[in-house]
Order: sequence, then C-alpha cells, then structure tokens
Amino acid sequence: MRQSSKPVNRKNHMTRQKRRAGRRHPLATVALLALGLVFTGGAYAALSAGTVAQAEDDPTSQQTIDEGEKLFQANCATCHGIDAQGTDTGPSLIGVGAAAVDFQVGTGRMPMQMQGPQAPQKPPQFNDEQVKQLAYYVASLGPGPEIPADHLVNGGGDAANGAELFRINCAMCHNVAGAGGALTEGKFAPPLTEVTGVHIYEAMVTGPQNMPVFNDLNISPEDKRDIITYLKYVQDNRSPGGFELGSLGPVSEGLFIWIFGLGTIVAITVWITAKSN
Amino acid sequence: MSTAPSATAPQKRSFTAAASVYVNERTSLAGFVKELGRKAFPDHWSFLLGEVALFSFVVVLISGTFLTFFFQASMAEVHYNGSYVPLKGVEMSVAMASTLDISFDIRGGLFVRQMHHWAALLFVAAIGLHMLRIFFTGAFRKPRELNWVIGFTLFILAMAEGFTGYSLPDDLLSGNGLAIINGMIKGIPVVGTWTSFLLFGGEFPGTAIVGRLYTLHILLLPALVVALVAIHLVFVVVHKHTQYAGPGKTQQNAVGPPILPIYAAKAGGFFFIIFGVLALIASMFTINPIWNYGPYDPSPVSAGTQPDWYIGFADGALRLVPPGWEFVWLDRTWSFNIIVPILVLGGFIMAVLIYPFIEAWVKGDKREHHIADRPRNAPTRTAIGAAGVTFYAGLWAAASSDILATHFSLTMEGVIHALQAVVIIGPFIAYFITKRVCIALQKKDREIVLHGYESGRIVKLPGGEFIEVHQPLDEYDRWKLVDFETYEPLMIRPNARGKITVGQRVRASLSRWFFEDRIAPVTKGELEAGHDGHH
Repeated sequence: MRQSSKPVNRKNHMTRQKRRAGRRHPLATVALLALGLVFTGGAYAALSAGTVAQAEDDPTSQQTIDEGEKLFQANCATCHGIDAQGTDTGPSLIGVGAAAVDFQVGTGRMPMQMQGPQAPQKPPQFNDEQVKQLAYYVASLGPGPEIPADHLVNGGGDAANGAELFRINCAMCHNVAGAGGALTEGKFAPPLTEVTGVHIYEAMVTGPQNMPVFNDLNISPEDKRDIITYLKYVQDNRSPGGFELGSLGPVSEGLFIWIFGLGTIVAITVWITAKSN
Repeated sequence: MSTAPSATAPQKRSFTAAASVYVNERTSLAGFVKELGRKAFPDHWSFLLGEVALFSFVVVLISGTFLTFFFQASMAEVHYNGSYVPLKGVEMSVAMASTLDISFDIRGGLFVRQMHHWAALLFVAAIGLHMLRIFFTGAFRKPRELNWVIGFTLFILAMAEGFTGYSLPDDLLSGNGLAIINGMIKGIPVVGTWTSFLLFGGEFPGTAIVGRLYTLHILLLPALVVALVAIHLVFVVVHKHTQYAGPGKTQQNAVGPPILPIYAAKAGGFFFIIFGVLALIASMFTINPIWNYGPYDPSPVSAGTQPDWYIGFADGALRLVPPGWEFVWLDRTWSFNIIVPILVLGGFIMAVLIYPFIEAWVKGDKREHHIADRPRNAPTRTAIGAAGVTFYAGLWAAASSDILATHFSLTMEGVIHALQAVVIIGPFIAYFITKRVCIALQKKDREIVLHGYESGRIVKLPGGEFIEVHQPLDEYDRWKLVDFETYEPLMIRPNARGKITVGQRVRASLSRWFFEDRIAPVTKGELEAGHDGHH
C-alpha cells in the first residue's frame, strides 16, 4: 500500500502542480477564448447550415426572413435603422426590393466601408445564402424589384440589339466597351468587365448609387437580356486586334506610342549612332 | 589605262562600270551622286528623329494605299452583314461597313489598318520630338529659319492628316470628334454657321462629310506633305546638317560619315527597323476598335471619348474653359468658351511658327549658325521652351481629365482646377526653374573647365597641407564645354535720323530680358591663368 500509494500521491501532486501552472500560463486566456469561439462558431455553422437547407426548400419562408432580419440588425441597422426605416446616414430600404439588396450586398458595396461620393466595390462580406436572406427580409418590408429569373441573365439574347441599346443608354457613363468612366465630384461609372449578368440586370432595375433606373417600360426585360448578352460577348471575346490597352480609347493609345513606340525607337537611334569601341 | 587603245577599253570594264557609264551618258547623274554622295552627315542619335518621322510617313503611305483598295467613302445607309456578331444587321454607313470589312473579312486588313493608325501616331510624335530637338539646340537659326517654318507647317498638316483619317470610318468616336469640330466652327462669330453648312453640305452630320474628308485625306494633304517634305530635305542638303561643338568642328564644315555608302546604308536599315517595330506593335496591340464604337449616331456619346493624342491639346483647351463664358448679347449667342481657346491656341501656334525670327531680331544677329547649341548655353530660350512645353502638356493632360479622375481616384473638378493652374501658372514656374538650372549647369561647366574634375584623391603636401587633386579635362572634352557664343543686351542707339524708336526700345528691353543673366564661356586667357595656379 505504502509503496503503491506513494507514486500515486506523487503523480497527483505533479499533475496538480502542472494544472496549476497551466491555469496560470499567460496564454491560458487566449486558449480558453479560442476554445469558446470554436464551439460557438461550430454551433453557429451547424445552425446556419440547417437554415440554408430549409431556405432552399422555400426561399421566402418566414425562417429565411427571420434569419435575414437578424443579419440586418447586426450589420445594416446602424445606418438604415432598426426596422430599415432609414436614418440620417442611410436611406430607408422599405420598398427597394430583393434585387437592390442582392446587388448592393452581393457585389460587396454594402455594408459600406465609409461614407464617400460612392460606395466602391469590394469582396462581398456575406455568402450567397446570407445575401439572399437579407434580400428576402428587405423584400418582405414592401414590394420592389425582384431578383431576375435565370433566362433573362444568361446571355442568350441578341448581341447586336443589345450593343445598340448599350451605346444609346449606357455608354455615355460606362464607355462603349464597358471600361467605365468618370462622373462629377469623385463619382464614377464602374467598369462592367467582370460583372455577372444578374448584377447587371439588378443594377438596371434598381439604379444603384448614381445610376438611373431603367424600368421595364423604359427597357423591356428582353432588351435588358440583350444588353447583358452584348456585355457577356465583350467579356468573353478578347479584342481581335490584340491587347486592348484597357479599352480606354485614344488616351492609352497615345501614351503607348509615346512611351513604348517612340521610346523603343529612340533607344534604337542611340544604339545605331553609338561609337564603336 | 589611258595608253590602252580605246577599242579594247570597253571590254575590260566590269558590268557595274559599264552600266554606270551607260546611265551617266544619258542622265549626267555622276555630278549629282558625287556631290550628294560625299555629303557628310554628322552622327548623333537626336539627328535621326526627323528620319523617324519620314520613315513612319512612308509606312503610312504604303499601308494607306492598301486601305484605299477596300475603303468606300460613302455615307449611304446599309445593313451590316459581315462577320462581327454584335453589329450584324445594324444600320450603318458604307464607310463604316467597309472599315469593318477591312477589319474582319479582308485578309491582313486589320493588321494593315492598325499599322496605318499606329504609324500615323508615331509620325506625329516623331515630328514633335524632332521639333523639340531643333528648338532646344537652336538649330532653327540662320540660315534655317524657313526650314523651321516648313517643318512646323508639316506638323500642322500631319495633324490635319490624322484628324481627317480619324473621321473616315464614320464610327461613334469619329462622329463625336466631328461633332466637336462642328461646334467649334459654329462658335466662330458671324461666319461660323455658314462655314459649318459649307463644310458638311448642310446640317451636321449630313451625308457629304466622309467623301470630302477622304479627298483631303488621300489627295490634297498627302500631296502637300510630300511636296513640303521634299523641300524640307532639299534645304537640309543646301544648308548642310548642324553639328554639336567638338574638336575640328567649325561653322564652315560638317564632320561625319558621308551619305554614300555608310550613312545611306544605315538609314536604309533604320527604315526597316521602324517598319518592323510598327509591324510588331500593329500585330499585338489594338488601336481604334471601331467595332466597339459602332456606327455614328448623333445621340450617343461614349465615356472616354478623346481625339488622337495630337489633337488632345485642343480638346483639353475646350475642357479647361470655366462655365458661363457663353452668353446672349445683341440677340446673338457669343460662345467665348470656344472663341477664347481658338484665339489662345492660334496665338500659341503663331508664336511657335515665328519664334526663329523673333529670336534673331532680339539678338540682332545676322551670322549663320551651324554649330548646335547645348540647351544650357541658351538659358532664356531653353526656359521659354520649357514654359511652352508645360503649357502644351497641361492642355494635353486636360484632354484625358476623365481618365485621370477615374484611374487616380480623383474628382473631375479637382483634376480640371489643377490643370487650369498648370496651364496658367505652370509656364512661369517652368521658365524660372529651367533658367536657374541652365545657369547653374553653365557655372558647373566653367568650374570643370577651369579646375578639372574632383578626383576624390586627397594628397598631403610636404608642408602638411591636404589638397584634393583635380583631374584636368582632356582637350577634346574641354572643347565641347567652351565652344559656344554669348550675347550681351543690345544698346539703344539713335537711328540715322537721330531718333530712338519705340521698336528699338522694345527690342532693347527684350534683349535685356534674354541676355541679362548669362555665363560667359571660359576664354583662353582664363584657361591659362587657371592652369598656372596651384595644382
């Protein structure tokens, strides 16, 4: 007994010592926090995965809307108000529709990084499911433009008609090749070279930032589909003439010929008049 | 040979000799070749810039000839039915449709079209750089003043060639350019509207303008350019080329390899290098993608619509005019937003054109000058040039104000106001800075000539004194630093009738402005005194 109890005691003693030392370790708090976060995050992930599974069954279900409301209150309410009624720093979102939310949040423009002339595009803060939850929550507050159906945005229309409509309605700000352009007071029309069809459609129907609204009486859904078809054609087909130089027109061409064209040739003049050693 | 019987002499001649004799007996070319072929051409990279312009013009001519085979300068309406999908079935002019056919349906067409356009941009750019070289080295001085005028006229003609060519495809971009021209013409008081209707054959855009511009672009303007280029080159031969100061180089000679064979061979090779560089650029980089712009229609305007670079300064001038300069007076609209830029740019162009005569008058110098100045040795001229370049650059940059705003995240208003400041205040700042820099460089040159380079080698003298050894210049290098002329301000003198005219006063004050601050070249006496000194 004595012989056997002694080592046990010593073992206990050592473990107690170790544990005491572990508790007092400077990184103990961090470890505890990390543990807590892993559990909470895991639980949250499991929960939201469950929500998504249900949301897929019924995108406009009350549960989706409730999840959207939670996200809204946590991330958007500071500026747009607790019931999306708007405040001094952000407009009311009642009646803007699901399309507006899907565009603004889906392209990363919202939540806005700072107040400025225009909200710049940035990597989206929410995943697709969360964006949809937010969108359906806002859509539930009042009727507004909806997220377009797939056949309108997949680029299956008439590119020639779309190109003409684009030149007439869009090119004065976005440039004929969709390379973007300047507006007044630091505002700008962004390039359309990497925008998805859904977002282009939503931008047309909701008029984000400084863009005007092109409603269905102005440009019919089929015409909008044609415009998207043209933009997709430009996105998918590189210029037959070679590198586009940003599709910026004569400014980049002029810079190119002065710097690279004439630069190369001046270097050659120096070379051919160099004195032989 | 002279003693050999004349009957056998032709049999001993080589084929080349026989052919030469044959040609010479019928054309008397020998004297011409002897004169021209032995002409010396001083060698310096900056002397080749004019050649770059000439050779790009040759590329423009060759590629342009190809394009005329396929381009149809008609504004008749057709429905496009070529290969480019996003324009299929779209109504457009024959000019636009044929340009699209050149781009998509004619073998090598797009390559030649791009080569033509890139070569045109290079042509005008090379003229610009060539003119800057001439200006800053004073190569426009007697006897070359008229050649400066001819060269500058060529620059203007090249811009006209470029603009008419830019307008031919009848795409949205060129139509917008013509709309601006139309607006500028209509802004001219009294005659504006009449002139516009005359040019466009009725209300803008009409159906005549492309055909008319085509005639100018391929007939009248090229003929003028070729004729003036010929006169320009004849003058270069007549005056002989300028050269930089150096040992053995005087106002009376020209030192360099003769045209035949060395120089001609080099220049011939250089043409193919330029052709090759342009071919490379044309095959790799898109220029003027008219398929993006689509056919001209007066309603749409694209963001980022600019003229080609050489018209940019004029576009920029229009952009920099503050709002509110257009008003109604005497029941007429007065477009000072257009009249003022036209007058300012017209004044600028005239000033550049007649500058050689102004400088000669201010100097009162009637001698010939064949040694090119180093820019620092003519501080006032260099400073005036820098001011002019700043003014032009400000206007030029203003033509891309929208691109500057988007790409540097600035406000359009901020860009415009900053460039207004550059155009108005910038030239003065550039003038003063450049003049001080030139004079400082001249002082440095004097120091080097008199005392040599600081070698960095410290020597302790027997008496305990430390000195840095200065490395004297060798005579060849020294020559380049001392061989220049300075002028002193002209004195006001009464003329033959004992009167001092206003013209003389103006001339004297201008002369004082030019030459008050100056550094004289090191004289022989100073040089000898310097060498007798402490080293």
